[in-house]
Amino acid sequence: MAWFTRKSKNIKTSNEDKKEYRDGLWIKCNNCRQILYQAELTRNNHVCYKCNYHFRIPANKYIELLLDKGFKTQFEDITPRDPLKFKAQKKYKDQLEAAQKKTGIKDAIRVATGSINSIPAIVAVMDFSFIGGSMGSVVGEVISRSAEQARQEHRALIIVSASGGARMMEGAYSLMQMAKISAKLGQLSDAKIPFISVMTDPTTGGVTASFAMLGDINIAEPGALIGFAGPRVIKQTIGADLPEGFQRAEFLLEKGFLDLIVPREQMKIKLTELLGVLHGQTTYSA
Amino acid sequence: MTKTILEFEKPLIEIENEIQEMELLNTTGEKDLSSEIEKLRNKSHDMAIKINKKLSRWQRVELARHSDRPHSLDYIERIVTQWNELHGDRYFGDDHAIVAGIGHIGEFKAAIIGQQKGRSTKDNIYRNFGMASPEGFRKALRVMKMAEKFNIPVVSFVDTIGAFPGIEAEERGQAEAIARNLFEMSKLRVPILIIVIGEGASGGALGVGVGDRLLMLENTWFSVISPEGCASILYHDASKKELAAESMKVTALDLLEMGIADRIIEEPLGGAHRNYEKMAHIIKDVIIEELHKLIDKDKETLISERITKLENIGSWG
Repeated sequence: MAWFTRKSKNIKTSNEDKKEYRDGLWIKCNNCRQILYQAELTRNNHVCYKCNYHFRIPANKYIELLLDKGFKTQFEDITPRDPLKFKAQKKYKDQLEAAQKKTGIKDAIRVATGSINSIPAIVAVMDFSFIGGSMGSVVGEVISRSAEQARQEHRALIIVSASGGARMMEGAYSLMQMAKISAKLGQLSDAKIPFISVMTDPTTGGVTASFAMLGDINIAEPGALIGFAGPRVIKQTIGADLPEGFQRAEFLLEKGFLDLIVPREQMKIKLTELLGVLHGQTTYSA
Repeated sequence: MTKTILEFEKPLIEIENEIQEMELLNTTGEKDLSSEIEKLRNKSHDMAIKINKKLSRWQRVELARHSDRPHSLDYIERIVTQWNELHGDRYFGDDHAIVAGIGHIGEFKAAIIGQQKGRSTKDNIYRNFGMASPEGFRKALRVMKMAEKFNIPVVSFVDTIGAFPGIEAEERGQAEAIARNLFEMSKLRVPILIIVIGEGASGGALGVGVGDRLLMLENTWFSVISPEGCASILYHDASKKELAAESMKVTALDLLEMGIADRIIEEPLGGAHRNYEKMAHIIKDVIIEELHKLIDKDKETLISERITKLENIGSWG
């Protein structure tokens, strides 16, 4: 039995009164469960203004966040295929098409060249909403070409990761992208061009175990899940619950695998400061 | 040691048992069975060829992880002279899932890395089932950097179902350890030969698997994840591993066609586990042959060819 009883039956709110609560105007925070005003959330770079939870955002938003106006998007002609004719209930080809339709991008990454507060840069951003931000041939090729271009044009390379890891539907091709990108980053490193890795929620598997961990500076957003094996797999392996905060950005900072945790709104200014020291003419003074 | 017999090996084993019995009878000298035995031998030979031709991808996976299959140290003790295993990553500890050391292979000095599985339960626990931890990858890198310093080539045996997915491995930076190896191996200034001798899954395999030549034994597999892992994630049913193996195209032949493997090393009839000596001998010859192709290249060419090969891997429109 309920504690309170209704005084009158069939109380209803008319749709007129409800309209402000329609989908898209308000959103519940995944962390603090508070109801947030969508417009305010957008103004706040999709960070909860009550608890600082960082929502996952589309790649183009991150590019806009980091690059000065007038940037140029790149490599959009590189498109995925189904090289293995992968057998699954939902065909890989159809999955790709659905993801392309949903996100408006060809694969789980978007790249733009431009500048970060006037420092020449190339920014590659992964998009988790495209098949879990998984890395197949296209992501590998696009990041490799970005690294090559950064080297040729002396641009700082920023990669913003958001990924469940390598894409199974391209089998060993996906795996080898880890080696390919790492090799290109090796060349970039030898050319003394800075690469900064920015990890957002979540960054796991083959992405973490290749470029995400190879930054001259490794940065993460607060609270981002970062690891090699996913929490579910580890839980299965050890047969016990995982400690609180395990594999979160703060945990990785404590363990020594991150240089900095930077909230989204400060990302651009932090990158500017860091690149201001690492990038450009080799002189000891500003 | 009890021998494991896979389903498709059974007819072959039956004939072999028959041959053995006949040979025993033959020695008693009551009746000359030599011609009969010869016939059976031919039959078993033909059958082994036939079985091998018809193996499905999943059956190759089963052979690759056959419990009698030779592991890295089985080859190392047969191939490497004056082998000295070197221990520890100098930071944390010594990982038994990866062995590393130096010695001679034929006329070459070499640094050797090997992912090592166990055979008995006790041994397997000691080797952590061949699943490396960060310190294993870091030990391998330390020895490879030493090889670079003293200008000796690296030979790396790959055999793992994946890097260890545990709390401590994460705490000590499993991802960073693998990433670092990919980065460093791609520009190590000595030849690197990679030989897949059993299984090769995910970053765990790739972490000691970047080099100038990727050679795969005939009955091995190499992919982004194990067939079971793929099946449980994509099909929500780990028992659909056969389908996953087919879908991901994981065998040596597949990898050759994908332009990832450079060469398939033929195994003794029926698989490496049926003749360790012969398999080791074949591998040794191939290593020497391959090192001859790489050893005189100047460093810049070596590395630029290594990177160019990686750049071409993938399929996009």
